[in-house]
Amino acid sequence: MSNLPVPAPSVNSETKPFWDGTAEGRLVLPHCDRCAFVIWYPRSFCPECGSSEVTWKDVSGLGTIYSFSITRKGQGEYRNATPYVLAYVQLDEGPRVLTNVVEEDPDALEVGQRVRVVFHDTGQGTALYRFARA
Amino acid sequence: MSIRGRSAIVGAFEHPLRDIPHLTLPQVHREVAAGALADAGLAFSDVDAYFCAGDAPGFGALSMAEYLGLKPRIIDSTETGGSSYLFHVGHAAALIAAGKCSVALITLAGKPRTGGAAPGGSGGFGGSPEAGFENPWGITVPNAYALAARRHMYEFGTTSAQLAEIKVAASLHAQHNPHAYLRDVVTVQEVLDSPMVADPLHRLDCCVITDGGGAVVVANPEIARSLGGGRRAAWVLGHGETMKSTNNGRIDLTHTGALWSGAAAFAEAGVTPADIRYASIYDSFTITVLQTIEDLGFCAKGEGGRFVSDGGLVAPFGRLPFNTDGGGLCNNHPGNRGGMTKIIEAVRQVRGEAHPAVQVPDCSLALAHGTGGNLGTRTGAATLILGQEVA
Repeated sequence: MSNLPVPAPSVNSETKPFWDGTAEGRLVLPHCDRCAFVIWYPRSFCPECGSSEVTWKDVSGLGTIYSFSITRKGQGEYRNATPYVLAYVQLDEGPRVLTNVVEEDPDALEVGQRVRVVFHDTGQGTALYRFARA
Repeated sequence: MSIRGRSAIVGAFEHPLRDIPHLTLPQVHREVAAGALADAGLAFSDVDAYFCAGDAPGFGALSMAEYLGLKPRIIDSTETGGSSYLFHVGHAAALIAAGKCSVALITLAGKPRTGGAAPGGSGGFGGSPEAGFENPWGITVPNAYALAARRHMYEFGTTSAQLAEIKVAASLHAQHNPHAYLRDVVTVQEVLDSPMVADPLHRLDCCVITDGGGAVVVANPEIARSLGGGRRAAWVLGHGETMKSTNNGRIDLTHTGALWSGAAAFAEAGVTPADIRYASIYDSFTITVLQTIEDLGFCAKGEGGRFVSDGGLVAPFGRLPFNTDGGGLCNNHPGNRGGMTKIIEAVRQVRGEAHPAVQVPDCSLALAHGTGGNLGTRTGAATLILGQEVA
């Protein structure tokens, strides 16, 4: 699974605090100052209560697999990366994030499996957050 | 104000071809528009409202209405992927009820096989706010739907063999459709033995990729009652539409927008799932059908696997005869968008014009449901209820 491509994500001024965190090996999410919601995907405001005041804070990087698919037919830069695992991981802080699970034996994965974040450097000032067995 | 019985689908046309190398995309739009208008006994000059979605080239309805030579009072380019056309029918019905227009034309055309477009649609949109958090992970259309299938299996014990039953039923119907892309009847075992595309979805859990197109004409009651040749209209009795989002990081992969669009459509039509004689259910993948059937209320959440088994979906006498043209799984999924063909087959059933082998006897009430976008992220969902009579 180490042959996964590491494409650079699209970054803009709104999401830069998140992606700057990844370059330092940190998962930094906006938290709403008013209702304390942990916001996903990262935005500069709270889509739950409408507040414009958020604070970017580290989360634990721990979570569980909510669902996953072992992809046998990839497209684009993932064409030659199969099999690879697309997954939703539910972070311990709440959000379900789309990601990859890095795993030598994907057939052994299960929903509910505990995972922790790992970072793969894109070489362009960001890193992709992926997950491995905790 | 309700739209119930305030308009009817008076014309419907599905392009007969599944490979269309000799026509441009606008030409296919023109052919299906002409076909649906001829079916209604109407002319291009009768059209005063035009609807198209993201499959139309150029500047949406502005480009296409001009190309077709229309002079519409109303245009609408609502884009919700493959479900767009069910949104359009609902919008047309509301506009007709409000007196804003009288004859609405809705067209779809696509050439993913011979037009150079990416097969199976795109996995993401570059400039969208979510792009950075979804596109880097190798998301495709099948593997994201597979996430929904896996979670449904985990929560409810749904099996791959149960999903395969949906494909089997579609293939039993498609054998009677001379235009169907896949006409061979398949077995559960053949579905399970087909190559895994994105675990747990096999190749035969996926819809076909076809060139094609279709169009429908929605008209006011005066026109609907004056159709020539004894043609029957399919009255629009109910409509519901919604979007299902990732819900700020709390996506639930076990249900679809049909939960809300279906409830709204049933309420407007004043009927219940038990009253429906035939259903066109969006079938981008087998899991799309299973979840939608549950969410529309044809069975309880989690019971879909048992509901579709043992011929439950097979026309004309199954629990819920579905997709009698063979659906997107076997017949046609033009331009990677299955909503138009869902409407068209429901109209055929209400008119009594489906293939005799799969025509539901006295199909007084039919339902059509569309799910556009991606079940693994965000979708637009719309439900229509069509009937032979307004009463």
